[in-house]
Amino acid sequence: MRILVVEDDPILADGLEVGLGLAGATVDRLGNCADARAALATTLFDAVVLDLMLPDGSGLDLLRDIRAAGDRTPVLLLTALDETPDRIRGLDMGADDYLGKPFDLDELAARIRAIARRGGGRAAPCLAAGGVVLDPSRLSVTRDGEPVVLSRREFAVLSALMERPGTIRSKGEIEERLYGWQEEVESNTVEVHIHYLRSKIGREAIETVRGLGYRMRAAN
Amino acid sequence: MTSLRRRLFVILLAATGLIWLSAIAWIFVGTRSELEHVLDTRLQEAARMVSSLVADRGMAASTAIAAAPGLAPEPGSYERQLSCQIWSFDGHLVARSSGAPDENLSSSPSGLSERTVDGEPWRVYTIENAAAGVRVMVGDRLGLRDRLVADLIKGLLWPAVLIAPLLGLLIWASLGHGLRPLNAMAGDLRARDGNDMSPIDPGRAPSEVKPIAEALNGLFVKVETARRHERDVTAFAAHELRTPLAGLKTQAQIAIAAQDSDVRRGALNQILRSVDRTTRLVRQLLTLAKLDASMEVSEVESVNIGDILDEIAEPAGVTGDAVRIVIGTELRGLTLRSNRELLTLAFRNLHENAVQHMQNGGTVMWRSGPDANAISVEDEGPGIPAEDLALVTQRFFRGRHQSTVGTGLGLAITEVAIQKLGGSLLLENRQDGPGLRATIRLPKPDWTYPAGRSRIPL
Repeated sequence: MRILVVEDDPILADGLEVGLGLAGATVDRLGNCADARAALATTLFDAVVLDLMLPDGSGLDLLRDIRAAGDRTPVLLLTALDETPDRIRGLDMGADDYLGKPFDLDELAARIRAIARRGGGRAAPCLAAGGVVLDPSRLSVTRDGEPVVLSRREFAVLSALMERPGTIRSKGEIEERLYGWQEEVESNTVEVHIHYLRSKIGREAIETVRGLGYRMRAAN
Repeated sequence: MTSLRRRLFVILLAATGLIWLSAIAWIFVGTRSELEHVLDTRLQEAARMVSSLVADRGMAASTAIAAAPGLAPEPGSYERQLSCQIWSFDGHLVARSSGAPDENLSSSPSGLSERTVDGEPWRVYTIENAAAGVRVMVGDRLGLRDRLVADLIKGLLWPAVLIAPLLGLLIWASLGHGLRPLNAMAGDLRARDGNDMSPIDPGRAPSEVKPIAEALNGLFVKVETARRHERDVTAFAAHELRTPLAGLKTQAQIAIAAQDSDVRRGALNQILRSVDRTTRLVRQLLTLAKLDASMEVSEVESVNIGDILDEIAEPAGVTGDAVRIVIGTELRGLTLRSNRELLTLAFRNLHENAVQHMQNGGTVMWRSGPDANAISVEDEGPGIPAEDLALVTQRFFRGRHQSTVGTGLGLAITEVAIQKLGGSLLLENRQDGPGLRATIRLPKPDWTYPAGRSRIPL
């Protein structure tokens, strides 16, 4: 899951980056509206964590702009003002969820999973395809009921594939989900992760579509 | 409380009544004189007619009287209006109309005259007929004339008396209608809750009420601005206070949850940094609270500006190696009768603000001027966007320029401290390059210039 954190306080932003990273997400962080606007225009995120009071304007303005531009990325607002009228205003302007500062990191992670899930058009918290079940909240995967141990990257690749079983995911798409802007991507990493995944959950579970990418088999 | 409606009602009704009464008085006087004239003419005509009948046709005097109009008895309230007597020149009553008194109606030989006969005033016209040797007198009772006028006036007064209550009702209702915009405004204002600052619609209100509505709307705008400002300050404060707490909590949760010791150590370091920053914020808040609470400056002493600046510049010089601090030599030996604590507070916050905004290094320059009673500090930071200049001294205001080091209170503290000392703070962007210039002006009598100088050299 790739998340954009827009927060200008360096300590809180660092906490969100590390904390959400621990919860299995790939996090990019930005400190102002202008950068966030540019990032949202070029990169597809699963969710955005948006602070309301930013150095170059209000997060609400940014939210209104991206919604007006037709961007449907799920947005969770983080704000110091968490009285009911403020929440209503934020939600009515196109936010998907709202958390007042200070918040619980686990709750934030759960809410992000929830809005990302809804944004992906799913209601069930766990992803299932064939005999493989992936639980994003616990970062756990089972195959035919047996637990499978995956690395963080392998888990991210598998979630990208399992979000839409039967749909082809290109190598580029998967890379985008795996790495933030700061990280170096090696050319064959996706192939390596797919190789290890196949050895753990079964060779036939992930199909290679030559020239296009990979897809999860919907059923055995 | 006097009711505008009641007052207007009384005034309007009294004025209308007065106009009516004057009109009636006018009619009374006018009608009376007109009536006199008409009736006198009638007397003359009747007298001439009787006289001519007696003379020309040799008619018997009594027949002549019967033939004349108005002299014979008529039905109705004004019967026997006229009476006629024919006297011979030698003083015999030749004939008289029925109802005419026996006594001579007039003592004058001819023309119009008035006389009281049998206790009743008469008006009589006498004409001499030399050919027949008679004097014809035609008269009517003055009482009858008065009754005629009185009846006429009564005829005017009765409708007036009947209409007066109706008119009153009409005036009362029109006043109610006219004052309705005021009542509507009052109702609108009464029905509002404390948060509704939307303008009153002066739409159909008459031009007299519009100024009130406009004045009220102006007031609403001012109150709303003040309240929005207050809300903004609350919002800024909430943001500034809660964000470090959120950072602390997040980092603490990471420290608890992290398996990796590097991650845990990183989180703990962030917690330490956050505690330091929050401590500074709390210190600034307490300073501001103390400033707000103290009413006036109590301790005034001779303060050496150069010493204060040295004291302030020392710790700041340690933090930012790339920042050079220059204190103008003219400030040495410059003393000011002022409160040392407040002055230090103001200078320190200005200095910290300048140093904080020079991440890329540069010079902070303290010097005297541009006026004799002013001290200024210039930095080489990014300056402040023009639209934010007036706002940066507001509490918790953080400009749009990227700065995560400040608490948003420093310049507010400076301004409050300077104001307490009776001075003023001016913030402006430098014309001669990037950076901000802050100028502190303090009351002139407080300054003492170094010996041998009448003023500070600029």
